[in-house]
Amino acid sequence: MSSLPPFQTLLDAHAGEVMALLRGAVGREGAEDCFQDTFLAALRAYPELEDGRNLRGWLVTIAHRKAVDHHRSRGRRPVPVAEVAEAAVPGPEPGEGVWESVGTLPPKQRAAVTLRYACDLPHAEIAAALGCSPEAARRSLHEGIKRLRRELA
Amino acid sequence: MRDSLRRLAARASEEGLLDVAYTSADSPFGPLLLAATPRGLVRVGLPNQEPEQLLEELARRVSPRVLEAPAALDEARRELDLYFEGRLRDFELPLDWRLSDGFRLRVQEAIAAIPYGETRTYMEMAEAAGNERAVRAAGTACGRNPLPLVVPCHRVLRSGGGLGGYGGGLEMKRGLLALEGTLDR
Repeated sequence: MSSLPPFQTLLDAHAGEVMALLRGAVGREGAEDCFQDTFLAALRAYPELEDGRNLRGWLVTIAHRKAVDHHRSRGRRPVPVAEVAEAAVPGPEPGEGVWESVGTLPPKQRAAVTLRYACDLPHAEIAAALGCSPEAARRSLHEGIKRLRRELA
Repeated sequence: MRDSLRRLAARASEEGLLDVAYTSADSPFGPLLLAATPRGLVRVGLPNQEPEQLLEELARRVSPRVLEAPAALDEARRELDLYFEGRLRDFELPLDWRLSDGFRLRVQEAIAAIPYGETRTYMEMAEAAGNERAVRAAGTACGRNPLPLVVPCHRVLRSGGGLGGYGGGLEMKRGLLALEGTLDR
């Protein structure tokens, strides 16, 4: 017999965070569709889930996939930018306060920051999701973090 | 967020992913928990029962796809409201009996047939379920009724006229019998 908690408890605990994450990753307009897709996919797979110990991580992973799908389906074109040196940047701990600030970043920076720190994607995958070069992804990420630091300081 | 969650429940229902819908409903005795599967009402929680525990039990015994979806319980809520106002005697909503089986199920089906405004004894319920000597088991079956109110276990009393027990507390049992005009008759 499964010992998974009622699915509603996942919604109660994580719906706000997932929505904030998606708003960061794809913007306010796309977030609602991604949110529905995320939780419907989760609900479909839920009874077969074998390990119920990290349900938050599981939901975030699904949300990240839906965000990547969203960007891919919009077929973003590569944007050429100059190469920049990469700076090591500490990631913000996920929390709704931080994500609200993330939501105010320009779209590309916002998406890069969310895919990197909420979804834990490597630069190459962020680049693929955003349809840009890895260098451009790095740059968006770097600029986004710089701006967040200023705002949250 | 509220709209998003409502939309999610509606889509889950359309796509056959809403295995257990639940909501809470007001009653003169306090909040009730109502839960339904696509087959019908599956669980009624009385005011003194912990909703979290009932939902966990549903997740374990029916399906973990348990979602708050008030719209799926509109009919149950409507009939219960009318019942508490004294304007409904027989519930018509479909029931899902899957939480009971065997002797208990037979007792509970016999309870469901007790007419409004009448009472029976535990012994009569044991007899109706096919084993007149299993009075104690019939009492247990009343206590484990997953659908109180709708399956009116409050209409089952002791042979000597004593109230017996009630999952929602004796005060509620007395209140329900008073509502139906059978208290101390």
